[in-house]
Amino acid sequence: MAKYISKRILLAIVSLWIITLITFFAMNAIPGGPFNKEKATDPAVIQQLEARYNLDKPLGEQYRLYMKNLLHGDWGISTKSGRPIWNDMIEKFSVSAGLGLRAAVIAIIFGIILGAIAALNRNKLPDRLIIFFTTLGTAMPSFVLATLLLLVFCLKLGLFPVFSSENPNYTLPVIALAVYPMAYITRLTKTSMLDALNQDYIRTARAKGVSRTKVIFVHALRNALIPVITYVGPMVAYILTGSMVVENIFTIGGLGSTFVTSISTRDYPTIMAVTIFLAMLMVVANLLTDIVYKLVDPRIKLD
Amino acid sequence: MADSKYVLEVNDLHTSFFTDSGEVKAVNGINFKLEPGKTLGIVGESGSGKSVTAYSIMQILAQTGRITSGEVLYKGEDITKYSEKEMQKFRGSKCSIIFQDPMTSLNPVFTVGYQLEEAIMLHTNKNRAQARERAIELLKLVGVNDPEKRIHQYPHEHSGGMRQRDMIAMALACEPDILIADEPTTALDVTIQAQILELMQKLQKELGMAIIMVTHDLGVIASMCDEIMVMYGGRVCERGTADDIFYAPAHEYTKGLLRSIPRKENMNKKLVPIGGTPINLLNMPAGCAFCPRCDEAMKICLTEVPEEIRVGDTHLASCWMNVKEAFENSKEA
Repeated sequence: MAKYISKRILLAIVSLWIITLITFFAMNAIPGGPFNKEKATDPAVIQQLEARYNLDKPLGEQYRLYMKNLLHGDWGISTKSGRPIWNDMIEKFSVSAGLGLRAAVIAIIFGIILGAIAALNRNKLPDRLIIFFTTLGTAMPSFVLATLLLLVFCLKLGLFPVFSSENPNYTLPVIALAVYPMAYITRLTKTSMLDALNQDYIRTARAKGVSRTKVIFVHALRNALIPVITYVGPMVAYILTGSMVVENIFTIGGLGSTFVTSISTRDYPTIMAVTIFLAMLMVVANLLTDIVYKLVDPRIKLD
Repeated sequence: MADSKYVLEVNDLHTSFFTDSGEVKAVNGINFKLEPGKTLGIVGESGSGKSVTAYSIMQILAQTGRITSGEVLYKGEDITKYSEKEMQKFRGSKCSIIFQDPMTSLNPVFTVGYQLEEAIMLHTNKNRAQARERAIELLKLVGVNDPEKRIHQYPHEHSGGMRQRDMIAMALACEPDILIADEPTTALDVTIQAQILELMQKLQKELGMAIIMVTHDLGVIASMCDEIMVMYGGRVCERGTADDIFYAPAHEYTKGLLRSIPRKENMNKKLVPIGGTPINLLNMPAGCAFCPRCDEAMKICLTEVPEEIRVGDTHLASCWMNVKEAFENSKEA
């Protein structure tokens, strides 16, 4: 296990390095730069600014300097705000992660429960209702859902404030974020639960005299969760990093909206920092998924 | 009634599966009686209803399956009237079953020990540690080497033969009165088959349980059954001792079955398979189920289901041919 994890970490470092390489050069290939404004700026000012961010040096040298600083723990300074990126990024991330974590927990718990209910009531009313709504949930884009939620619950019913920065209410954004993964997990759980319930070992368990509830929740569910775990790991990483669409609609300043703004303003150091940070999260999530996988399914060998 | 001589009595059992395409009548009026410590063999081809009969007794049919009529008496008590709770107590403690494929019959995500202990703890007051001791004892009993180590392993770490031994150990956990073996050797290779059968016979002698051996392998059944029941289309065609069935078959289906396996007598001849295909249980013929494939079929076979007729002291068959013969014999006399 330790050998496997160290191998995976080494591989992760290689992928992260490749990601920095691609992002850095792709980002610089986009026309324009951080200090191109609509209004002409004094060339002397621009020159001074570019020198400050090493933008006057050749591209290869820029990359070398960036990586050197990064390896020393320096994530750079935003060309837009002029402040160190790391602290701002962590602050935005905690907002996104707070939302995302709630959404992920809701999606996982309700997804598994609804999926199990659908499987156990196959082709009956609860199953049909659940499948109808999950189809809707997977088909509806998040910006439609978020806008509808805002329209109905805030404007028409007035149940929630549209937005208040002093006393933020996360209910609607969490719902908007949770619906898609929840619907997906429900469908996944239903399929794999039906599959598990038809296995011979379920018949064996029943023949031993195990109660119906225990057959379902111990013998079948543990097997049914194996495919669900594969989806949940990357999903959690994805949802934690924030959704640009949902954050923008609910005017929440999270990492998702930061990322998009940084691209449109050509804030090079921020683009790099957020990309690397997201890639690291993804790598960790995948590694954790594999480890959980091994814990749930003893047949899997990690090597 | 409560003190029946028989440990199990099945009376006119009907089981159907209700599918989208209609009612599949898998078992159509099965009767048999089983004495303690005896072995009943049920033979028949795939789809003849032998496994469904076994699952009906345990009431572990698939969701769409249901016993539609008939009785299953355990020591005189009708268990088809049991509630699900009562059935849970019955399964595994009074009657156990081992399945065809040991590779898929154990839960892959739990250790063999956990699965054995679960069976023990369900029906006794033993705690986890006592159950573990008993589980090790059981694995020793079924001939698993090094059970202290084996018990901590997962099913995929055991070989096929060993997994079937694990299954037998699990089935015997509470020393049931009846052990149903649903094709216990079909998925195993020949040398292991013999070992498993020997083991079952040895355990039967030691523990005194009755065995219902469900199989399509006539060789398996010949060597160990006190009574043999041949099934076709969810009905019993013929029943008797091994000698009755093998040396004096009285049903055309049994005769066909025996012609299709290699024996000493037909060593150098070509084997004769039974023509046609198994009947469609969705659309049962009005008369004898075997009639469409029977070379000797008569007019009456098409319309009337044959009754069971005694053809020997221990030998019964449901074939109109026997009635015809009896009639001709009486005319000659």
